[in-house]
Amino acid sequence: MGEFNLSQALKANRSFVDKVIEESGQDIRQCYQCAKCSGGCPGAYAMDYPPSQIMRMLALGMKDKVLKSRTIWVCMGCNTCTTRCIRNIDIARVMDTLRQEAVKAGYTEKGRTVIAFNDAFLGTVKSYGRLFEAGLLIKFNLSTGNLMKDAQFGLPMLLKGKAKPFPHKIKGRSEVKKIFEKTKQMEGN
Amino acid sequence: MARYAFYPGCSLDTTAVEYGMSTHAVARKLGIEFLEVPDWNCCGASSAHMTDHLLALALPARVLALAETLPVNELVAPCAACHQRFAGVEYELSRDEELKKKVNSLLDRPYTGKVKVKSFLEVFANPETLDKIQKSVKRSLKGLKVACYYGCLFVKPPKVFNYADDPENPQAMDNIIRALGAEPVPWPYKTECCGASLAMTDEEICTKLCNDILRVAKDAGADCVVTCCPVCQQNLDMRQVSVENKYGTKYRMPVPFFTQLIGLALGIDAQALGFKKLFVSPVKMLQKVGAA
Repeated sequence: MGEFNLSQALKANRSFVDKVIEESGQDIRQCYQCAKCSGGCPGAYAMDYPPSQIMRMLALGMKDKVLKSRTIWVCMGCNTCTTRCIRNIDIARVMDTLRQEAVKAGYTEKGRTVIAFNDAFLGTVKSYGRLFEAGLLIKFNLSTGNLMKDAQFGLPMLLKGKAKPFPHKIKGRSEVKKIFEKTKQMEGN
Repeated sequence: MARYAFYPGCSLDTTAVEYGMSTHAVARKLGIEFLEVPDWNCCGASSAHMTDHLLALALPARVLALAETLPVNELVAPCAACHQRFAGVEYELSRDEELKKKVNSLLDRPYTGKVKVKSFLEVFANPETLDKIQKSVKRSLKGLKVACYYGCLFVKPPKVFNYADDPENPQAMDNIIRALGAEPVPWPYKTECCGASLAMTDEEICTKLCNDILRVAKDAGADCVVTCCPVCQQNLDMRQVSVENKYGTKYRMPVPFFTQLIGLALGIDAQALGFKKLFVSPVKMLQKVGAA
């Protein structure tokens, strides 16, 4: 990754490191680079930096490189790293925090499809109280521009009774909507 | 009679309709009572916890609070992803009173923690029920070789669960399969990830992971891969055709839910267990146990 001044990076980004530690509740400085997380990570082969390297870069304050990485969007939250971490760091939780920080910092390019998926998913939950798969797929395909994604499964799913053409709306929709709105206010700092 | 609050989750009536059909059919036979949580909402799944931690706690907490209105001590969720979200709420809120207050300020009905989260696999794999299953077998699945695939979120991370099987080599489903007369094959991919929602967002990775799982199951001599998670099941079953196209293979590996196999052994009709809902034909497998 070329030359990099580590002490300057840490000095400039110490508040970011502290924020990740606070938000995730995980003391990433406990990591001693055994790399068990990277060894077991099913997505590591497709990442630009394996999880253990992300942990080190984070401890060194390399904010931009971490938040612009592909790694945080490949992580599928399987929790193998968290399960195996000998230093008791919930690495999967740290990845959640990093995705949220990346969005806040505007580094969304590599997470484009993941963010579109999450928005479409949560959009249906906010409206109806439950996930509406057909609505999710349509909204997701429209936002990614890949209109035919999974279209071949649509008809078989309908015929097998595995997809519903209309959403189920729960009675407590307003309660669910309130949860979405209030959490947004509380986190909107 | 065993009685639990039941959280179907968004998939049990849609993408995993056969999981729901077989669960209820088997429960009736075994005298297990599932009381559906009234007016439940989506747990938020991975989309919520990737987006906002408080949202990821509050959505399942509303469900757990509603479950507290039922005459039960425990809640089960057949979907691994939902199960792990509920267990996570229980784990965090029982250790952080301030956070619990914060989450409760978002809910109409407060969550107290009275109803505990139980693993859906344990509903069947506890010694008493396992014994009952074994004694109720009408059609032994003898000769059927089964790769038990647990996926991630019923066993990982173990710290959040009240009861957790070995996260590296879980046994609950293996014990169930053995009780049915079938043979769980030893294989090393029991808890390897299927790629989950990367099926939507980065399909190539998901296809590769599913190919690894199916290939290793085939090499282990399995007649089917049995699952306990709607997401894993859909990736391995419906998307198996994409895996085969990409890797030039022909697995045709049936991927039923474990409850469908219990139902078969209890003598329930394959149609009532939703075997026709599977994408990869289970006919050969059903013939092998004399159920087709």
